[in-house]
Amino acid sequence: MFASFMTNTWIAGSIIAVIAGVVGFFVVLRGASFLAHAIPHGAFAGAAGAVLIGADPLLGLGVFAAAGALTVSFLGRRARADVVTALALVMMLGLGALFLSMSSQYSSEVFALLFGQVLGVSSLEIVPMVILGAVCLIAVAVFYRPMLLSSVLPEMAAARGINVQAVTVLFSLIVALATTTSVPVVGALLMFSLLVGPSAAARSFTSRPPTAIILSVCFALAIVWASIAAAYASDLPVGFFVTAGSGILYAIGRVWAVLLSSRSRRTGRSTTPSALPVQ
Amino acid sequence: MNGFLGTLFAHGLLTSATVQTALIVGCFVAFITGVVGVFTVIRGQSFAGHALADLGAVGGSGAFLIGISQLWGFVGAGIIAAVLMELVGVKRLQGRDVATGIVFGSGLGLTALFLYWDTTIANTSNAAISVLFGSLFVIDTSLVPTVVILSVVALLLIVAIYRWLLLDAVNQDMATVRGVPVRLTGIVFLIALALAVELSSLTIGAILSTALLIGPAAISLRLTKRIGIAVIASGFIGVAATAVGIVISYDSYYWFGTHQNWPVSFCIVALIFISYVLTGAAIAIRDRITRESPVPHSVLSRKAA
Repeated sequence: MFASFMTNTWIAGSIIAVIAGVVGFFVVLRGASFLAHAIPHGAFAGAAGAVLIGADPLLGLGVFAAAGALTVSFLGRRARADVVTALALVMMLGLGALFLSMSSQYSSEVFALLFGQVLGVSSLEIVPMVILGAVCLIAVAVFYRPMLLSSVLPEMAAARGINVQAVTVLFSLIVALATTTSVPVVGALLMFSLLVGPSAAARSFTSRPPTAIILSVCFALAIVWASIAAAYASDLPVGFFVTAGSGILYAIGRVWAVLLSSRSRRTGRSTTPSALPVQ
Repeated sequence: MNGFLGTLFAHGLLTSATVQTALIVGCFVAFITGVVGVFTVIRGQSFAGHALADLGAVGGSGAFLIGISQLWGFVGAGIIAAVLMELVGVKRLQGRDVATGIVFGSGLGLTALFLYWDTTIANTSNAAISVLFGSLFVIDTSLVPTVVILSVVALLLIVAIYRWLLLDAVNQDMATVRGVPVRLTGIVFLIALALAVELSSLTIGAILSTALLIGPAAISLRLTKRIGIAVIASGFIGVAATAVGIVISYDSYYWFGTHQNWPVSFCIVALIFISYVLTGAAIAIRDRITRESPVPHSVLSRKAA
């Protein structure tokens, strides 16, 4: 399990877990699960296009992720976000279907892009991951306060002079960046459950943003490490373990939240004052 | 005249059995999803609609494995997922978003597992592609009667709770006061949504399913504020997009000398997306010309934004 050819897998998995934990906190806070699904899923069409014209799939992923993020935030100014996200997603997938129909061999590559190939990461793939991941985390750190405020209280953020529209664009670009970093390894469909599961579970345990982010990163790391080990031992796809782990953690979180609120009701004592809306 | 029609409908378009089946089933499914789509958009459940379309793949890939009909795999998985979403879901829009995400994510994990077993044990390597993309031109004709019956069931469910849905769409508090069982309405609607979406996902693929669910509904809600008209309009916009898309896809074989069809999913999705953007642009221009009051064009379609 800790053989030399597995070293890259452990490194890549850990990088992705940290990014997904941090970015996922904002995904759950903003109720942007659909965006977190649409950008990775749609961006895979870009990789298919890049393969077709002989370019680097990573480049295609990045271009499509960014284009999708910008389309959603631009069209979303005049319409409901979920409608625009759905339409942008199907448009990207439609293009993906066009690209796939033009290239001759695709079946295994598509499967890898959708479900990931975490057990075969090369050292060359680690370098762009480290760079993109670092950019992603730095962006979150720099814009932490405006992003937090405009996610929770958009009106108050606007009153404080924060450009809420710009923050929305920025946030979707950060999701696009996280996508480009992770999709080649964990796959389009599983990046989504890593973005939502651990952070949604973390929110059940704490309502303080910094604690929630740290907890979410810890959950994501635990899930990814356990999944790599389980996939290595059982030979089943790693994605199954990742999503199962996320689902179970979220269920535990919900049960914990219910127990906590029923105990506080019995003792007549309120739980920790919630800084964030509880869900 | 003959020459014009000849260029419009390429050789053999209307006599090909494949195209005929595609046209009939495609238009039928497009109408049903268009109708259900209006309420999906109003209720802000686009994500659930898309998630259900993709989750059909769990049932589809699972059905391959245990050897039952794909149809029942799709429908079963859809209804289970819909009920789970409603059970996990919280009243607030944001909580529902996370609930959908969790159910969706877990479902995708199961799909990965089933597809893995499909390829290793059952040796059907194209399961992933056929389940996730589907194609209008490879419809299994023996499924058509069941698909039609189940689609009608979905439509009847919508008709049965139509008044509740209307009241709920306008104002949930008012609906509760007037005695509408809001929770029941939500569950029945999600089941109707699951049925419509799974059937379209099975016959025309998950991409087209979402496109025909959200696109026509969003376009028609931009054009009219009256839900009754929007429902009918959405159904017919879906049918029109499907029919034109099939013709373009068929004709594209003779374009650019490539002798390769553009995928029908791409043609229909592109038509819908372009229409949506153009409608928005046209409305923006009209509003600028008439200089209407700065009230949002359609209050309904922006509700709970």
